[in-house]
Amino acid sequence: MAAAVQRFLDSDLWWSFRRSPVTVVSAIVALVCILGAVLAPWIAPHNPFDLASLNLSDAFKPPAWDEDGAAEYLLGTDDQGRDVLSAIMYGARVSLLVGLSATIFATVLGVSLGLTAGYAGGHVDSVLMRICDIQLTFPSILVALLVDGVVRAVLPREVHDQIALFVVIFAIGISEWPKFARTVRGSTLVERNKEYVQAARVIGVPSLRIMFSHVLPNVIGPILVVATLNLGLAILSEATLSFLGVGVPPTQPSLGTLIRIGNDFLFSGEWWITIFPGVALIAMVLSVNLLGDWLRDALNPKLR
Amino acid sequence: MRKLLLAAALALGLGAGWAEARTVRWAASGDPNTMDPHSQNVGTVTMVLQQIYDTLIARDQELGLAPGLATRWEQVEPTRWRFWLRDGVKFHEGQAFTADDVVFSVTRAQQPTSNYAIYVDTIERSVQVEPLVVDVITRVPDPILPNKIASLMIMSRSWSEAHNSTRPQNTRNREEMYTTRNTNGTGAFRLQSREPDVRTVMVRNTDWWGWNEPSSREANVTEIIYRPISSDATRIAALLSGEVDFVLDPPLQDLNRLRAAPNIKVVEGPEVRTIFLAMDVHRDELLYSDVRGRNPLKDLRVRQALYQAIDIQAIHRTTMRGQSVVTGTFFPPQVNGYSREEDVRLPYDQARARALLAEAGYPNGFEITLDCPNNRYINDEQICQAIVAMWARVGVRARLNAMPLAPFFAKIQRDDTSIYLLGWGVPTLDALYSFQSLLRSRDGGQGNGIWNYGRYSNPRMDQLIEIMTNQSGAPRDAAIREALRIYREDIPHIPLHHQMIPWAMRSNLTIPHMANNQPYFRWARMN
Amino acid sequence: MFAFIISRILQAVPVMLTVALISFAMFAYVGDPVAIMLGQDFTEAQRDQLVRDLGLDQPFWVQFATFIGHAAQGEFGLSYRLSRPVAELIAERAPATLELAFTAAALALLIGVPMGVYTGLYRHSWLSRFFLTFSLIGVSLPTFLIGILLILVFAVWLGWLPSFGRGDTVNLGWWTTGFLTVSGLKALVLPAITLGLFQLTLIMRLVRAEMMEVLRTDYIKFARARGLPNRVVHFGHALKNTLVPVITIVGLQLGAIIAFAIVTETVFQWPGMGLLFIQSVGAADIPVMSAYLMLIALVFVTINLIVDLLYYAVDPRLRIGRGKGGH
Repeated sequence: MAAAVQRFLDSDLWWSFRRSPVTVVSAIVALVCILGAVLAPWIAPHNPFDLASLNLSDAFKPPAWDEDGAAEYLLGTDDQGRDVLSAIMYGARVSLLVGLSATIFATVLGVSLGLTAGYAGGHVDSVLMRICDIQLTFPSILVALLVDGVVRAVLPREVHDQIALFVVIFAIGISEWPKFARTVRGSTLVERNKEYVQAARVIGVPSLRIMFSHVLPNVIGPILVVATLNLGLAILSEATLSFLGVGVPPTQPSLGTLIRIGNDFLFSGEWWITIFPGVALIAMVLSVNLLGDWLRDALNPKLR
Repeated sequence: MRKLLLAAALALGLGAGWAEARTVRWAASGDPNTMDPHSQNVGTVTMVLQQIYDTLIARDQELGLAPGLATRWEQVEPTRWRFWLRDGVKFHEGQAFTADDVVFSVTRAQQPTSNYAIYVDTIERSVQVEPLVVDVITRVPDPILPNKIASLMIMSRSWSEAHNSTRPQNTRNREEMYTTRNTNGTGAFRLQSREPDVRTVMVRNTDWWGWNEPSSREANVTEIIYRPISSDATRIAALLSGEVDFVLDPPLQDLNRLRAAPNIKVVEGPEVRTIFLAMDVHRDELLYSDVRGRNPLKDLRVRQALYQAIDIQAIHRTTMRGQSVVTGTFFPPQVNGYSREEDVRLPYDQARARALLAEAGYPNGFEITLDCPNNRYINDEQICQAIVAMWARVGVRARLNAMPLAPFFAKIQRDDTSIYLLGWGVPTLDALYSFQSLLRSRDGGQGNGIWNYGRYSNPRMDQLIEIMTNQSGAPRDAAIREALRIYREDIPHIPLHHQMIPWAMRSNLTIPHMANNQPYFRWARMN
Repeated sequence: MFAFIISRILQAVPVMLTVALISFAMFAYVGDPVAIMLGQDFTEAQRDQLVRDLGLDQPFWVQFATFIGHAAQGEFGLSYRLSRPVAELIAERAPATLELAFTAAALALLIGVPMGVYTGLYRHSWLSRFFLTFSLIGVSLPTFLIGILLILVFAVWLGWLPSFGRGDTVNLGWWTTGFLTVSGLKALVLPAITLGLFQLTLIMRLVRAEMMEVLRTDYIKFARARGLPNRVVHFGHALKNTLVPVITIVGLQLGAIIAFAIVTETVFQWPGMGLLFIQSVGAADIPVMSAYLMLIALVFVTINLIVDLLYYAVDPRLRIGRGKGGH
């Protein structure tokens, strides 16, 4: 283990990470966002889901530093008396959960199909890539809208609310997989013709094993880059869906839902209800994107 | 030089008087979906059409009855109302207005495709007595017929026949109807152009008979441009930046900002609309709950507990920002039959609510689902959220099911609900309309209990509503009074408040605030 | 060539059918149009009659087959909400969306390409870093938030530009344009920026990456070795080579622009197809919604087909592949 850490500290990756202050800052911001989200139930000052603790007379409190603010509510309260900071932490949790799950889903799906297409070639490849092409031209948001709509059509409303979170994850994930498939397929085509793969084939190693133990490790870099950049996009897709009112159910507000609700109060002077969730969303997506950018440059030695 | 020009312009302006173009740019969230005056009975349609079409009996600025196309009317027999019509009135396209047009319009509104049947439901037929005198014959004595007739817009028979539009437009037809996009009224404004969802332009009808009435003498609007802007933020931004002059439905949270803005004023007033929660008091097992084999809402104590758990003052203060009138009954003072003594709320008392629940056998509360629209009434979803939190504090675990109006109404109209929030307007300004639709047992009779989705049923209530339908004078008043008392004791609803409807406009616009939420530009003045 | 086109068109058919099925099925949940059409007062008999008249009592597949039959003739019936032919409604709204999309795309290209070239050439200048940071912020901001902020600043605080609508339009027969009036042009600014920003950053990053890639090729090294001035190398050789992928991407992104117009049009109350779509969702206006989705699908399939054909025309390898009867 220690050796692994040492190897990492000696690596180019760590070196390029330390050399870029922007990257270090974004890593810290991302870490804060993630920790705040993951640990929300333990460290958030209030539980916005505990209805019995809400008090309407605490509604619309400005942030603590304002003269009307209360120390108890650092970033103020919303129209129902919910603590904005706590709502953001719980909301970031939902946003992150959806973003990460959707990205993992898209990665697994895209990588499997990409590997298959690249390795199998022929008709399999042509059909899979055709689907990719068609889907890539459909904007992810529209695909997500369609998937969400179909699920709503098929399932009764009560059931839908319970699984809405999974529907959104699936909808966003299914709309993003072609990027992974394309990347992996490209790399696989290159790897497939290398001698070691040819050799493995000749000695009769099963295709599946070749794909996963030989080809896959060599395409991990590009996958990681696409996945990181995609995470930011997935979080934004979720926010946009929630803004249009078809995202996660309002009982589990994500950052996008919080912004939509707060948007009504933007002109009336209660700016904190929408601005703080907005800032949190931007901070989260921006830091993830910056990390993805850095990762792409760092893993692509040609660009240095 | 510049001064000279200015002086000249001033002189011209003064000389031209009201003939100078005065355009009001008006915005609200919804767009009328038809221009047919007998098709859709919803506020967004009538707010435009009542500028264009006249009624036999008009409303004055206090919503009282006033002469319109009829100069006077009288109940000549118990089942016969006579209307004497205004002479010399012409439709916008030049046809002369006669008694025959009234007969035609009544018949048209009675067609199955009409949404205005409620206003003509007691009418058997109408007959022309003389070219300018018309009789309306009712099946039963109808004391409030003038109130209903005041909502019936009058069309031209020859125009409608020429354009194949003798029955109200209806979306079931395979072709589009002429009246969907075209109008021909006798009113103060003419429809000039219309792009659905984008813009509707109306211009002053200089020949309108009413311009010399005292209430309209100062009116000077020559053109109305209506534009729907559904986003609250955008609508307010447009008013603040001077792109519109008048916003019918400013969001409550922006009122303070609007009041503080220069050149903008907010005019406040009550609306004839009451918000309440209605409960399923019929089923033997409550839907969407963890209670099995029982319906807690059938128990008066539970209904009372839910009622007393609501801190209505907090909702009034915070959620409604003071723009509501807290009430203990289900229609406001503008409605005939309202009684202040019966408008009393049960006090807010959480301890009492808990005690009542325990007494009824639910010491640990129960689960329930509250159905709530989220784009129909002012801050509807926020009200429901607040109520759910208040119930949580007495142990009732409510789940909020907030939906856009389309699925919401579809759901409650299937009786597929345990408890729901509804806002009820009273266009006839008479109590019968509310009692009959909301509290009458559903027995298949026209209009009976059609909005009674909690299926409340009380034989005495039904009797009283019968009396309201058929009698007038003291017995009728007594019946309404008693029905209101039963309403208070039975708690079929949890009343919340009457809506207030602030209007926001530029300071140079003057227009009387109306409790039916309809702006009448025939009384408006732009300076 | 002919066989290739036919096969591509045949591939498009199942796509269109799937979208038709989805678009027809998806909104069954939104609500019962009957409830909206009836209003506040009605009888049970009236309601049943309406259900029968609308064909809503028919089995799902029968309703779907009827729908396909009509759709094939461009006949989508009457909007439940506006009681007007859907095709007419969409035709009325299309110019607004297309003008907005076109302006946004042009904006993205005209600003994005130079920015991309600059950042590709001068990778380490502070301006490049600024552009890159700016583009990242552009990618990280949700469209709706950008729109709201632009309204707040330019319409409410500064009062320079209108916050909603299309301004005055000029009617050219079957097309209404906002390009010919001052108010129309002013109204276009904020929505076009909102819609174009994401594409702008995308194009900038794409051009930058392509430039950096091309600049490393031997072809450029030779050009430099020949002593050609930087300007000629950069713009004559390098940029020209980056433009093919850029134009392809922009073509494909047209679909994305039209789809994201839903959000932009909602924020700015822009009277286009996206707003019509969202308003129809609210009113459960199924004919309009299905027609819109079918139209969008048709646009995408067409764009795809054109891109395919272009590739076919440009890339000779594809033709050989065909000849072998491979994939």
